[in-house]
Amino acid sequence: MTIDPAEIEFGLDTFGDIPEGSDGTPLSYGDAIRQGVAEAVLADQVGVDVIALGEHHRSDYAISSPETVLAGIATQTERIKLASGVTVLSSDDPVRVFQRFSTLDALSNGRAQVILGRGSFTESFPLFGYDLADYDVLFEEKIELFAELLKQQPVTWEGTTRAALAAADVFPKTDSGTLETWVGVGGSPQSVVRTAHYGFPLMLAIIGGPAARFAPYTELYRRATEQFGTTAHPIGMHSPGFVADTDEAAAEIVWPHYKVNRDRIGAERGWAPVTRESFDHEIAEGSLYLGSPDTVATRIADAITTLNVGRFDMIYTSGAVPAADRLRAVELYGTAVIPRVREILSQRRAAVEVGA
Amino acid sequence: MNTLAILGAGKLGTVLARLAVAAGHDVKVAGSGDPATIALTVEVLAPGAVATTAAEAVSRAEVVILALPLGKYRTLDVEALAGKLVIDAMNYWWEVDGVRDDLSDPRTSTSELVQEYLATSRVVKAFNHMGYHDVEDEARPAGTSGRKAIAVAGDDESDVAAVAQLVDSLGFDPVRAGTLADGVRLEPRTEVFGANVSAGELRAMIERFPTSPRGKEVAAVDS
Repeated sequence: MTIDPAEIEFGLDTFGDIPEGSDGTPLSYGDAIRQGVAEAVLADQVGVDVIALGEHHRSDYAISSPETVLAGIATQTERIKLASGVTVLSSDDPVRVFQRFSTLDALSNGRAQVILGRGSFTESFPLFGYDLADYDVLFEEKIELFAELLKQQPVTWEGTTRAALAAADVFPKTDSGTLETWVGVGGSPQSVVRTAHYGFPLMLAIIGGPAARFAPYTELYRRATEQFGTTAHPIGMHSPGFVADTDEAAAEIVWPHYKVNRDRIGAERGWAPVTRESFDHEIAEGSLYLGSPDTVATRIADAITTLNVGRFDMIYTSGAVPAADRLRAVELYGTAVIPRVREILSQRRAAVEVGA
Repeated sequence: MNTLAILGAGKLGTVLARLAVAAGHDVKVAGSGDPATIALTVEVLAPGAVATTAAEAVSRAEVVILALPLGKYRTLDVEALAGKLVIDAMNYWWEVDGVRDDLSDPRTSTSELVQEYLATSRVVKAFNHMGYHDVEDEARPAGTSGRKAIAVAGDDESDVAAVAQLVDSLGFDPVRAGTLADGVRLEPRTEVFGANVSAGELRAMIERFPTSPRGKEVAAVDS
């Protein structure tokens, strides 16, 4: 059963990369954060469904406290959902995460969304006094506690990674009694199974190669929810991309910054420097949704069809891509890409129905 | 046909299990604990492979593939692996393993550390350098034009030959990369790490290692 194109959600995600200003120099951290807010406000105006801000603790990203930035966005927007992408739960306190997001939910009239994850970077561990050796147990225990907190009833809980709770009631509670919570997964099968176990929606981080590679994981999620008797929610995917007026412009804007960004991270992880050839290959058939609105819409529609996802989020920032170009990308994503993806999917759906 | 035990039901372990089943091998997969926790994962991601305990998987296996985080190699059962041909597919990944100077020491390849710990096993390094998605996508029958290569490093010629044959059966051209000490040429921070290339290109990368930054680091401490 394919998902109704009108119900598919489209998000924009950023980690708070520091953009260049009009004079070619990097923005200050403060300006970078305000730039992110301006982009989210525009995204709200042009019909983007979700803005997701990732938590990082590195010099190249301005956002370490997504919900604080989201709170700023909350009071200037009307309908866009306000998500973290991700909240590094392992090195945070589930009680505080709940409190911060239920507060955000109040400020935004119910638009807060938590995306929990283990994070693809681990700077938060030493920063907050956690041992990487406890990587698994920290997440296991904290997601268990967070699932309890979401019931918004007094919680009794005991574990090894934080103080026990005895009938602890946590405030503020949300008006709706719920707080939308997803889990972001990068490809670990056990993380997919864990997400299904708690009945959370699954957000797949697909940051390289063809989206089709993740089809077995969508099947694993579905089968695991059956086994656990939990709900199989529509799956989300998040992948990098960029939109400009033409394919060439998009590639030329992004490539130099993409290379600097990738090579800096690659050097820390032991990868060889990225080549233009691999960048172009990712655009053509991998997980880089980059180009003119029409090119990007076609590739997104293909990915949505391939994986039958209910949500597509584009990570629209990559290194120091200039602020003005980022703003234009947000505008094009909302005004041109999203309507075009829905149109393509509706046409395909109609064709299938006629064929049947 | 080989009886294969794969220790590790994560990204790489499940991909290797799927390829090994497709190649007609008898495949058992074990995670770190109760097989029930990985049973569904194995059933969906590697149908035909069997989830079991590490002890059970290893006891019948002719070949054991290590696809667990390298930082956990000292949790392996030395006696159970005694005499076995053991393929080390692990890499030092500080974000999972924690910062460990012992695992990035230029004087010793990580596979040498594994061999030192599994003193009675026959350790060969393979399947470590190609990303797990590439391993999955690029497997091709022998003789296919553009077939990709996987490097194999080990000290015993017949063991290396056996692993090379397994690499071939799973869908890749095996490339000899020297001894277990030479395994350093396949580790993170080398050109080979992440390489998804043909045999000729892979050989050239391995040969260029001494002139690379990591190669110079290794040479400096060896001399």
